[in-house]
Amino acid sequence: MNVLIYLVPVALGLGLTGLAAFLWSLRSGQYDDIDGAALRILPDDDLEN
Amino acid sequence: MTEASDLSIFVSHGEAGTAHMTLAVEGVGCAGCIRKIEGGLKQLPGIVDARLNFTNRRLAVDWREDELDAAEVIEALQRIGYRAHPFEPERAEAHEAQQARWLMKCLAVAGFAAMNVMLLSVSVWSGNVSDMTPQTRDFFHWLSALIALPAAGYAGQPFFQSALRAIRARHLNMDVPISLGVILALGMSVVETAMHAEHAYFDSAVMLLFFLLCGRYLDHAMRRKTRAVAANLAALKAQFAHRLEDGGEVVRVPAGALKPGDRLLVRPGDRIPADGAVISGTSEIDESLVTGETARRKIAAGALVYAGSMNFSGALTIRATAADGGTLIDDIERLLQKAIEAKSRTVRLADRAARLYAPFVHGTAALTLIGWLIAGASLHDALVTAIAVLIITCPCALALAIPAVQVVAASALFRSGVILNAGDAIERLAEVDTVIFDKTGTLTLPEPRIEGASPVAPETLERAARLALSSHHPLAAALAKEARERLPYPDAIEEPGRGVRVGIEGSEARLGSREFCGIAARDLQEAGSEDGLSVIAFSHAGRQAIFAFRQSIRPDAATVVAALREHGLDVRVLSGDRAGAVAPVAAALGLQDWIAELKPAGKIAAIESLKQQGRRVLMVGDGLNDAPALAAAHVSMSPISAADITQAQADAVFLGDRLLPVLEAIESARGAKRLMKQNLWLAVIYNTIAVPIAIAGFVTPLIAAAAMSGSSSLVTLNALRANRAAARRHQEAGS
Repeated sequence: MNVLIYLVPVALGLGLTGLAAFLWSLRSGQYDDIDGAALRILPDDDLEN
Repeated sequence: MTEASDLSIFVSHGEAGTAHMTLAVEGVGCAGCIRKIEGGLKQLPGIVDARLNFTNRRLAVDWREDELDAAEVIEALQRIGYRAHPFEPERAEAHEAQQARWLMKCLAVAGFAAMNVMLLSVSVWSGNVSDMTPQTRDFFHWLSALIALPAAGYAGQPFFQSALRAIRARHLNMDVPISLGVILALGMSVVETAMHAEHAYFDSAVMLLFFLLCGRYLDHAMRRKTRAVAANLAALKAQFAHRLEDGGEVVRVPAGALKPGDRLLVRPGDRIPADGAVISGTSEIDESLVTGETARRKIAAGALVYAGSMNFSGALTIRATAADGGTLIDDIERLLQKAIEAKSRTVRLADRAARLYAPFVHGTAALTLIGWLIAGASLHDALVTAIAVLIITCPCALALAIPAVQVVAASALFRSGVILNAGDAIERLAEVDTVIFDKTGTLTLPEPRIEGASPVAPETLERAARLALSSHHPLAAALAKEARERLPYPDAIEEPGRGVRVGIEGSEARLGSREFCGIAARDLQEAGSEDGLSVIAFSHAGRQAIFAFRQSIRPDAATVVAALREHGLDVRVLSGDRAGAVAPVAAALGLQDWIAELKPAGKIAAIESLKQQGRRVLMVGDGLNDAPALAAAHVSMSPISAADITQAQADAVFLGDRLLPVLEAIESARGAKRLMKQNLWLAVIYNTIAVPIAIAGFVTPLIAAAAMSGSSSLVTLNALRANRAAARRHQEAGS
């Protein structure tokens, strides 16, 4: 069961990373315009060639 | 001619000489719009940033003040092809956005904790039936505590705070048993873990919070969405006034920025933007939005006018006044205040359930404790069983039962054009047994329509309608709607107060008053002498025509009224208009119960006497004179064209020319209420099964987890049926 000593912290760390990433995305306003984000991806006039 | 506009109340100033404004944009419908608007604006010199929020159709613009001003931004949008309306974000909305973020953070924390604790719990459950050592189990329990305690402390705040508020106010809401359940479950689990026991309930507590937060967030999101749409519509409707500056120039300002003492110019065809006294000019004004009276009033210098009246014939100069003593507005405000104070707060279904439920749950837990002690169990065992009862009865399903239905029903109503202002409007709408309509602007359309099929030749009508496009007269606006080709004649000349004229095919066409078109009075006798009818005349190359207008009934009013009566509702009309104008409308709709010439106080008295008989009244009205009646009624609705004060009183606002949303609102509300009751019964059935098991002491954390998620899913799925019912009704209405 010694494997738990490092597996458990790793699992928790991964979970916390996910939580932190979500909170960051919330703070940076990525959920403010959900419908718009779906449409903004469509036009590709930002490509330079 | 472009006139100067003063939009300063909408603009906020940033650092380094930049300005910011939010606009509600009309007609945004596809991906291309985003690019067109943002790209088009960014080409303008001076624009720092433009970003369109597609979800709520609002555009945020930043620009450098020395290079551009607010009016130019709006003009640029007009050129691109979008009408934009400056928008003053309400403080309430900013607060709600913050609240939503906080709920989302709580939800994220609870979700993280629920997943990780469940990971550990499943290991313990499977370990308990295989070869897990007690040391490993304790380790896992302590780990769960490490995750669950801080997470519950953070994510449980919405419930703890609301429970505390309720207890301080000395009543019970659903959050009291929830908070108690969560805290006891966590506390007991910590003690059990310290005593190396087999069971801990960390997972139950955190999962419960996660489910409840989901419900609460959805509820909040729905309300925020309707509020945003309502605010956009308010911006679209917002009025502009022409203010006369001291130097004599005219500046266009938003009506919200007017101050008492400002001199305002009101042109024919404009709505009067503020209460005031006429300084100069004579005109006829239509006060139907204020008093419900459809006959126009002649006014001259010295007369008092009210915001919302339509100016018909002549230009007026008025001085804006603060409402002071003895005016109609004061009367209405006083009545409104009284009606709001007298309104008994209806107890919401959820709170009623909580009041029955909380004592029952806590009583059962106490009895369990005492029962086991008498039966000879140890204090520890009895306590654990009693707390298990509290956990299993923790009203997860019950707390979701009503909000879930509300969210689904409100979004279904939203799609059919009804915007709910009050959270409990659905419940109150479902109880209605009497519907009272105002006439003017509610049963009838807010604007006059050309009467019936006129005996006028199609090309004459087309010419008259195209000529009407060049006029500011309100009746001309109604005639202009008939134009197939919406192209005004290029050199039409408007003579204020008389009409418009233009040369077509070598001869002059005139549209306007009878005298202006040279039509003899006897011709008018045939078409225009009838009461409640307004006419404009048209003459061109020897041909003459007279167009008659009247307030026309909403196109589906008769079918809606019939359907309402079929539902067993008592339908009545209370109007401020003359009996002569009300009678034909009531007759056309087959209504016998109508009262005319009512003052606002009279409308309230009529509603109060119905209330005395135990009736639950839905009041539908739009005029300023209806506002107190709306507040006095059990529940109220108003069309989007209603006066601002009135709309603020309405529990729901409906869009469009049709009356159907009123019927749909009642039907949806009744369906939703049925589902709410069903859900409550589902929760009760769940409890009658689960509670005996808990009392007997058989509840393990595994059973608690399964029972909670099972019952929550069940009520949520049942709530979704509100959507299906609405879709079915929509199909029937459409076919």
